[in-house]
Amino acid sequence: MPLYASRLKVGDVHSVRLVEDLSRTQIVQYAGASGDYNPLHTDEIFATKIAGYPTVFAHGMLTMGITSKMLTDYVGETRLTKYGVRFTNPVWPGDSLDAKATVKALISRNGENFVELSVSTTNQDGVEVLRGYAEARIDP
Amino acid sequence: MTSNKFPVEASHIMMFARAIGNESPVYMDASAAQREEAAGIIAPPTFVAAAAQFDPDPDDTLRPRPGQPWLGSGRNPSGIDRPDSASGGGALHAEQHYEYHQPLRVGDVLTVSHLPGRTWDKEGRRSGKLTFSETLTEYRNQNNELIITARSVGVRTERPVG
Repeated sequence: MPLYASRLKVGDVHSVRLVEDLSRTQIVQYAGASGDYNPLHTDEIFATKIAGYPTVFAHGMLTMGITSKMLTDYVGETRLTKYGVRFTNPVWPGDSLDAKATVKALISRNGENFVELSVSTTNQDGVEVLRGYAEARIDP
Repeated sequence: MTSNKFPVEASHIMMFARAIGNESPVYMDASAAQREEAAGIIAPPTFVAAAAQFDPDPDDTLRPRPGQPWLGSGRNPSGIDRPDSASGGGALHAEQHYEYHQPLRVGDVLTVSHLPGRTWDKEGRRSGKLTFSETLTEYRNQNNELIITARSVGVRTERPVG
């Protein structure tokens, strides 16, 4: 389960499919769990007729949360020290999402080992929807 | 600085984990979680976003309030008279950054403190003028220990994105 500095190298890639055919229902689940009820995400009538979007779209923070599963499965649930993202394109109902972590650096700090990762999530058309970074404590 | 309290509960963590598509036992099952490095149920990395549920004075677009007109549809596509002014081109979340200092656990009671950050403008190809604004947030537990620090960047656009 834990990652070992001695077994990782810069350029290693960890990739996983996280969502197939994102449902509007999952977006509604996220609105309820997070407390962000902005109708852009859950109200098709409002999103299309008032806001001028083709459909509702996922909260950026849903995409960040979905992507975090790739990270916690990879580094372990208690190991993340940093995680930051930019939402580069909208995620629409029906999208399928793949997330990739690439090892950027292995560093030692105060007697502890860390891995620095770049993070990218793309949809089924290969369009990047989220780009970011993460840092995690790893074993030697 | 403004602040409010956010109690961290097992059922909320379970529902949040389900919503992000992660049914790992450390978010769901106290006895299984006890056997993991987590040593008990902990929160997923982005769980502090759910502090929105405990915001006593939420933004008009965050959640409906009893007795007040709501931006979203009901009988009509919007419940307010001038929805264009509220949705504009739309205020969107552009970036989110977290730094984790300690695991967030069931039973923790977070104090959520917000500080404003910078504001800046940019020209977008499809969206017209973009106005970015930054918010810094500290999440401290009931022992005043810093658990998570966050920086979020919002953007307001002149025209819809997508």
